[in-house]
Amino acid sequence: MRMIFLTDLKPGQRAIVDSLPSVGAGMHRLLELGVLPGTRIEAVRRAPFGGPLEIRVRNATYSLRRDEASQIAVRPA
Amino acid sequence: MRMTSPVVEPTAAAVPNPAPEPFFALVGNPNSGKTTLFNALTGLRQKVGNYPGVTVERKEGRFFTQHGKPVRLLDLPGCYSLAARSPDEAITQEILFGWRQDVPALDGVICVVDAGNLERNLYLVTQIIELGLPVIVALNMMDEAKRRGVAVEARRLEQELGVPVVPMEAHQGKGIIPLRLALSRKVEPSRAWRPVRTAWILPALAAIADQLDPDSRLSRSQAEAEAALLLVDGIPEVVRQGREPVSEAVTAEVQRWQGELTQVRPNWQADFVAERYRRLEELAHAVVGEGMASASWTDRIDKVLLHPVWGGSALAAALWLLFYSVFELAVPFMDGIDTVTGWVSETAQRLVPAGLLQDLIVDGIIAGVGGILIFLPQIILLFFFISLLESTGYLARAAFMLDRFMSRVGLQGRAFIPLLSSYACAIPGIMAARTIDSPRDRLATIFIAPWMSCAARLPVYLVLIAALVPDGAHQSAIQAGLLWGLYVLGTLAAFALAWVLKKTTLREKGGGLALELPPYRWPQPKYIFREMVERSMIFVRRAGTIILALSILLWVLMTFPNYQAEDPSEKLQSSFAGQVGQAIEPTIEPLGYDWKIGLGLMASFAAREVFVSTMSIVYAVEEGVDEEQGVVDAMRNQVDEAGNLVYTPLTLASLMVFFVFALQCLSTVAIVKRETNSWTWPLAQLVVMTGAAYLFALIVYQGGRALGWS
Repeated sequence: MRMIFLTDLKPGQRAIVDSLPSVGAGMHRLLELGVLPGTRIEAVRRAPFGGPLEIRVRNATYSLRRDEASQIAVRPA
Repeated sequence: MRMTSPVVEPTAAAVPNPAPEPFFALVGNPNSGKTTLFNALTGLRQKVGNYPGVTVERKEGRFFTQHGKPVRLLDLPGCYSLAARSPDEAITQEILFGWRQDVPALDGVICVVDAGNLERNLYLVTQIIELGLPVIVALNMMDEAKRRGVAVEARRLEQELGVPVVPMEAHQGKGIIPLRLALSRKVEPSRAWRPVRTAWILPALAAIADQLDPDSRLSRSQAEAEAALLLVDGIPEVVRQGREPVSEAVTAEVQRWQGELTQVRPNWQADFVAERYRRLEELAHAVVGEGMASASWTDRIDKVLLHPVWGGSALAAALWLLFYSVFELAVPFMDGIDTVTGWVSETAQRLVPAGLLQDLIVDGIIAGVGGILIFLPQIILLFFFISLLESTGYLARAAFMLDRFMSRVGLQGRAFIPLLSSYACAIPGIMAARTIDSPRDRLATIFIAPWMSCAARLPVYLVLIAALVPDGAHQSAIQAGLLWGLYVLGTLAAFALAWVLKKTTLREKGGGLALELPPYRWPQPKYIFREMVERSMIFVRRAGTIILALSILLWVLMTFPNYQAEDPSEKLQSSFAGQVGQAIEPTIEPLGYDWKIGLGLMASFAAREVFVSTMSIVYAVEEGVDEEQGVVDAMRNQVDEAGNLVYTPLTLASLMVFFVFALQCLSTVAIVKRETNSWTWPLAQLVVMTGAAYLFALIVYQGGRALGWS
């Protein structure tokens, strides 16, 4: 089955985090913010011109760069 | 050298606390209202310094408990966990673990928690509780949480965590007194909270803890907490001043277990974090009641402000407003300072008898300093806007929208704040770069910051432009256009340099990370005012000390040894400064400069704004001209021995370009040294930028000549 990633979600779409790539420094911060397998996540919008993604997780909103967001696998909520 | 649990008989703490006053640390996530609480508690009883060897700010204050007992409070930089990914977080970690020799042992920690973001905030709190430190939770932003539908039962949270929990709304001043009351009593470490552990990590923690603390000076929980940190976070690479390095035995043990765990559980670090969050989810479930969320204003506003068209326009408008204020609204205040300076000068001339001393005071001191202070209104205004943007939460949105452009040259959206600040002054701008996690992104930002034309260049630009543009109907438009052009030149050059750096020496996989977009909040006048004052004081102190010293030194160099000479021109040419200026003239002639300009350039290598005051002294010494306009007039009328105009348009253009690129600020060099902790980077910066300045000024002048201009 084809994997869906955070960057594949449409604006406003909600999903559940499936897996993150193995830990690099950037990923570790995301883990500590609570982006973990099984966590609910919402792709709020994309910045114009191919910029970062705005995501909502655990009641807080963050700006996340595309190359990181594209590695976070999700499954439909 | 380590923290000891208050339950165990204290052995040598990091530094024996000399004062009898209790010493607390204040921690919390960014955007949780920590700064507001710190200000509300300590008021004006604050002092700001630095930790040696790093430029993380050491902010300490004093407040009184409800029973009048004084307490020292150390404000630690905001962080999300005890793991250290930037110098700020490293300091927090070192202090909480008691690893710093220059910070007394803590009697407790006040943890500021954003009630609307419980799980993430408690991540840090539970880590600190597990260290065995006494903790008080300031459960802040209760009103905002309620509006978002999160109703936290403070009492229940208190039971679960085993520490006092004080509900607050620090920005409204609510909860301060109960907090002070809670601090009147002795705060004990928690006995209720079970440390987060998984079965598979226990052997690793036990083994590492044994190596860390063979003599059992720490409590078991503390040793294990330290072990957990080293295991998950890794051994710190940089041994900072004041911090003890980790022993070889411990390092070996940590690495061994890291390897073993990775073989058995490839994602063990994530699993451990997940276990803590599992506990926190349970906790949140138990303490958060049902609440009705009202429609979020933040979301509504963001639909506009983050919209490509509307948001982009709003951003452009905001930036335009910022620059317009700085260059227009400040004018009346600048005129005011001008008037005062003139009055002081006149008074001095009346009070001090004519002679060497009067010259020193009027031409050296007053002229020098006055010309600098006049730019204070602009700097104050710029910092007003930056802290306004920051405290309302809009700055994060701006960074979000600009990230795409910044990342094209290898920088982050977060570099936007340091670079924007650098338009006022590179010193706070470079300091602000410490919030950038990735060390290489941070270095790149610091390296290019001086090319964001700072306010100190402004007097120089304005004088040169005024000298260049002849009086006429379209004078202001052309002048504004030229000024804009210079700023654009500097900015583009900065980005080009960043791009080159990130492709070569600072090449690295970008660590964009997640930047929080906090809810929109009302701006806080007290915070903004305090920021404006603090940043301005930094600039004034720089002006007051370095430039004053330089103004005097320069006056000395230009007056002596021939101070008795009747003819001002002769006095100058035979002075020390004049001699050096003439000596370097051959090297700057290709750029279209004469030795007097050379003199100005030399002087301004210490600080740019000195160029104007130097030239005003140079020409004042020669012709007795007092006003600032005098420099412009002097430039327009300067002729050399052959009767040719010294400041030809091409010379002026070449000079402008020189100032765009040259690194002319001792304070910048000093701060870069402190931020990067070595001389390599500031010296590299000096070489690259001076070289570029010479090269481009040369190209402008010689190129222009080749094209037949003059």
